[in-house]
Amino acid sequence: MNNKLKVLTNGFLAENPVLRLVLGTCPTLAVTSMASNGIGMGLAATFVLVCSNIVISLLRKVIPSQVRIPCYITVIAGFVSVVQMLVKAYLPDLDKALGVYLPLIVVNCIILGRAEMFASKNGILDSALDGLGMGIGFTFTLVIMGSIREILGAGTWMAGLGTLVPALPADFSVQVIPASIDPFTIMTSAPGGFFVFGVLMAGATWLTTRPKKAAAVEGGNA
Amino acid sequence: MKELAVIFFTMILVDNYVLVKFLGICPFLGVSKKLDSAVGMSLAVTFVMVMATAATWPIQTFLLTPANADGTLKWDMGYLQTIVFILIIAILVQLVEYILKKFIPALYKSLGVYLPLITTNCAILGVTILNIDNGYNFIESIVCAAGAGIGFLVAMVLFSGVRRRVEQAVTPKCFQGLPITLVAAAVTSMSFMGFGGIVDAIFGV
Repeated sequence: MNNKLKVLTNGFLAENPVLRLVLGTCPTLAVTSMASNGIGMGLAATFVLVCSNIVISLLRKVIPSQVRIPCYITVIAGFVSVVQMLVKAYLPDLDKALGVYLPLIVVNCIILGRAEMFASKNGILDSALDGLGMGIGFTFTLVIMGSIREILGAGTWMAGLGTLVPALPADFSVQVIPASIDPFTIMTSAPGGFFVFGVLMAGATWLTTRPKKAAAVEGGNA
Repeated sequence: MKELAVIFFTMILVDNYVLVKFLGICPFLGVSKKLDSAVGMSLAVTFVMVMATAATWPIQTFLLTPANADGTLKWDMGYLQTIVFILIIAILVQLVEYILKKFIPALYKSLGVYLPLITTNCAILGVTILNIDNGYNFIESIVCAAGAGIGFLVAMVLFSGVRRRVEQAVTPKCFQGLPITLVAAAVTSMSFMGFGGIVDAIFGV
């Protein structure tokens, strides 16, 4: 049981797909100008990741290893098309916000990477948990990055969440920095994306390479 | 002619795929360490981009969503776009690999490692889908794909120079490697923001 939990939580920080494995950087940079886009993109990718991991794990003894990559891509592309159609039908605003990056989930290296590194070698349950954990880690990173960029760059937080959650009003947003202060707009454009990503990655490296000392200190306090 | 030039230079300077639209970041970070491999990778990407556009545009227009003379669709299989395009790109990359191996072995050797990686380069799938979304005709699509490829080359070459400097600099421990590279990419990307509007001004659109 402990082992299963480890498979699930691996993707949160220790093997965070974006910050530690440096996979799926393109969507990370592109959609995180707003935190709510991060949630949408993260959930869409998580769905594809879990489904493709399950199917590839089921087929791992059937697919010959010489042609495995085209097979994986076909499976992934199938699920991405499903997500595309669902999002177009039920969340048209999200479809507009994510634009071309929604079909580009196909070439998101997190999904192909996990299929190759994990699902092709492990059982169905483990693969599903791994997909879920990686997806949560991905979503979490996107939301953090989106929050930093949106708060600094536009002064608001979670603008556009109303289009994702029907219970909220359509123009829902939290004004974090007062509107009278000019926002730091470069954060929502391309350079801000690279910069915040670099700083977050440094933070994750710091968090994961420092633990021994920190654990000792915490233990001492307790 | 003017429209084509505008598309071409906009793709290179204003809508640069790597630095402005965040497509193809993985090879941008992975292969930009050395100048010659950066150039080789970019040329291979440019070639596959143009070929892929030349193959996917007719398929989208005549097979997936063929239109009648009055503009209505004969049938709509647009939902197959993602699957069909990625498979075409995968086949094309494989084909290019075989052809180069057989006829231009020298070029194949210098590109060898990077060729299979091109399949999962999101800039390629991106350019083919964006060409359809923007409603470009066949010639415009090809020019747009070539511009995107050259833009990729420009970004890679410029950035490999920046990286050589960054690697000699003293940085905090947790920033070493990729984090400081990304911060450097932010500065490079900022310099490309200065090109905003330059193409429109030159061609007087």
